[in-house]
Amino acid sequence: MASAFSSPSLARHPGLDEWVAVGSDGRIAIRTGKVDIGQRISTALAMVAAEELDVPLDRIDMVRTATGDAPDEGITSGSNSMMESGHAVRLAAATARRHMLTLAAEHLGVDAGTLEVEDGQIRSRDTNRSVTYEELQGDRPFGVDVDPAVDVKDPETHRIVGEKVAPLGLAEIVTGGYRFLHDLKVPGMLHARVVRPPHYHARLTGLDEPAVRRLRESGIDIVRDGSFLAVAGPDEYAVLRAADRLFAACEWDVGEGLTEGDVFDRLTANTRESRPVENDGVPQDKPVPPLADPPDDAAVTLEARYDKPYHAHASMGPSAGFALWQDGRLEIKSHSQGIYFLRDAVAEAFGIDAETVRIEHVPGAGCYGHNGADDAAFDAAIVARALPGKPVLLKWTREEEHAWAPYATATSMLLRASLDAGGTVIDWSHETYGDTFNMRPRSGPGMAGAARLLSSRFRANPPPEFVPKPAMVRHMGLHRNLDPLYAFSAKRLVKNLVRDLPLRTSALRTLGAFGNVFAIESFMDELAVAAGIDPVTFRLNHLEDARGREALEAVAARIDLSADDGIGRGIAFAQYKNLKAYAAVGVELEVTDAAEIRLKRAVLAGDAGEIVDRDGLAAQYDGGFLQAASWTIREQVTWDRDGITSRDWETYPILGFDNVPEIETVLIERPGVPFLGAGEAVSGPTGAAIANAIFNATGLRLRRMPFTPDAIRAAALDA
Amino acid sequence: METLTLTVNGEARHIDCDPATPLLYVLRNDLDLTGAKLGCGLEQCGACAVLIDGEATLCCNRPAGEVAGREIVTVEALEKDEAGAAVQRAFVAEGAAQCGYCTSGLVVAATSLLKRNAAPDRDAIVAGLKDHLCRCGSHARVIAAIRRAAKELGNG
Repeated sequence: MASAFSSPSLARHPGLDEWVAVGSDGRIAIRTGKVDIGQRISTALAMVAAEELDVPLDRIDMVRTATGDAPDEGITSGSNSMMESGHAVRLAAATARRHMLTLAAEHLGVDAGTLEVEDGQIRSRDTNRSVTYEELQGDRPFGVDVDPAVDVKDPETHRIVGEKVAPLGLAEIVTGGYRFLHDLKVPGMLHARVVRPPHYHARLTGLDEPAVRRLRESGIDIVRDGSFLAVAGPDEYAVLRAADRLFAACEWDVGEGLTEGDVFDRLTANTRESRPVENDGVPQDKPVPPLADPPDDAAVTLEARYDKPYHAHASMGPSAGFALWQDGRLEIKSHSQGIYFLRDAVAEAFGIDAETVRIEHVPGAGCYGHNGADDAAFDAAIVARALPGKPVLLKWTREEEHAWAPYATATSMLLRASLDAGGTVIDWSHETYGDTFNMRPRSGPGMAGAARLLSSRFRANPPPEFVPKPAMVRHMGLHRNLDPLYAFSAKRLVKNLVRDLPLRTSALRTLGAFGNVFAIESFMDELAVAAGIDPVTFRLNHLEDARGREALEAVAARIDLSADDGIGRGIAFAQYKNLKAYAAVGVELEVTDAAEIRLKRAVLAGDAGEIVDRDGLAAQYDGGFLQAASWTIREQVTWDRDGITSRDWETYPILGFDNVPEIETVLIERPGVPFLGAGEAVSGPTGAAIANAIFNATGLRLRRMPFTPDAIRAAALDA
Repeated sequence: METLTLTVNGEARHIDCDPATPLLYVLRNDLDLTGAKLGCGLEQCGACAVLIDGEATLCCNRPAGEVAGREIVTVEALEKDEAGAAVQRAFVAEGAAQCGYCTSGLVVAATSLLKRNAAPDRDAIVAGLKDHLCRCGSHARVIAAIRRAAKELGNG
């Protein structure tokens, strides 16, 4: 089977040696630019490589990703990794196998067509003589390019791809031997902590010098650069206490503090930049068409507003960064999703050549977007710069991770739709309002990589603040999944990038799709009720996409929406970016007398194209469901003038083990069909399915997250 | 600074440290037992759980000086424990981790639970995990893994 899909990763890194190396010990090293952030990408990539190379999975070594060594595949985000790196690794491994078969034919003096490979041993059917990969290629470069037209394995013959395997590293994780960046220890290493201001706008105006002197005398290094302040020393606990003492010795100009008040009022009242979205999710540089009156043949017109608060990444491990500045070179270890972007931004911040900076990816705790990883790496680099020759491991605290990492912006979605007498949608308008999702540190002209690193704004002589423009790429940011997959005859879609909002925001799993799909799929239920049509049929009436229909029907077959037994049932559906994996979600829940939601059962149907790491894919669905359920019913960032008030797990509660439903995940088989990224598919439908199930249980339509007992009681009072 | 004697994974270990130092830092930095993680430092998330006299205990805020003379067991030593090893195998079999940062705490909690209650029902499992958080959403798999471990030990 020749592979027909183009590969941006291979266009940038065409050389086979950039992807595959055979060791003289027979082990096979695979390089990738995509990194493990809890989503098991290295397991899936190793499976793809092992399959094409005819070796067992345990002969593959996934090389740790570092700038200069690894292919630059941009950021590990957007559910792109299997489509980009998975595809590239497959073609590279197939090219490597073919190359070694050609060498083997020559070596054995036989026709290449007589050769078979088993566990890296190439044998001729004609002569029964054999040679191994390592004998032919061990420790030698291939010296050829990856052939984008190489034949890849027929899915019928797959032995590894599509199987259930234990994720790479899990055996070490359960025994405590797996090393996260946080666990790094090198000789002479200093631990470091940042002393943060009370909030974004506070600036350091004074330090109590005797206190500083006492700390220095106790062996603590103090690093100050403008309002950036950090402590370092050999003993981690002493450094922690020193950070507290130094904070107590600080005088801050806190200015006017954070803007208080209802952010949802601001979202639709503040200055904004608005763009119409057309052509399957692409913003247009032209005026937004006004919202016209409903069409004359409208039998029903509904309007609704849906709101989603700010959400925190709230990673289990506070971010960390390691840096060593020595002999004019800066070495960084980071759990960033984009080490090449980070390298360029750090170099820009210090005014140094990017080639003098090397960043190695070392795993951190689960990452769901632009969390504190890049910022912590930069913090470590600032400290290391002041302490040349000393390795510095800097860790954020729980409070820093909750209060300083970028958030997913609050969004508001305003929808209006009209139905004709037959219950068909004849007019659809959807406007989304929110702050940016695109604040990753990216350098280059006008990109201001340095300005987007948190501590830049606190250093002396900070770069000008970066004000993002509306993202204009298809399904990017606020307008991700703004365009519904349904076949509506008339659509008016608008993204509104709102200015002067109070909190620091950037990318969090799904970007705008979570709010948009929550709104679309809640509204579809409201319209179905208005049309007197059951919600599944109503959706299918508007859904032409055959794979989408199959996913929705898979859930509908397992959830009985007509049951009347006190259990609330709801469904929802989306295809991520109208391009990636499909997800349909069915939820069964109870709303208790205390107005608490008890999740009872969830049915998830996924279509991610060809399945590689079967259990890893299922984990993206069931894990994504539980995380999105947590966002939906529990989470919101809170603040007041003096700073962020949701600073730990008590003030920012998430779903616990006490509210876990039975989960049934149905994966739709698509052998030989391109991989579709699946890491973010289930989140949006989850929020809407829960809202729809609450309506089904109680008749209450909740349109503002989180669906806490207070919110449910308030809705009941309004009803 | 004092010399503390701690019994960790069956061995007496002598550590020069401030006895106010939380046990977690001593385990991770002085004894290089980095399986237990710092998640919050506030006893809110469970990533730092170790067994102290057989009980799963959060140690991110527990002064090391308070636990001298008690039996401390970390996730690294659970391979040698019948219940602990069963829990570890079950976590792998169920794919009960994504990033794995909270996992060692969960393995410790599950081991402690199975030592107390050889055949826990779902409610007992949930109660046994009340001090633990997971952000990747592996909860259902963790519960399944504990059921599997109980079954493997002949009790489920």
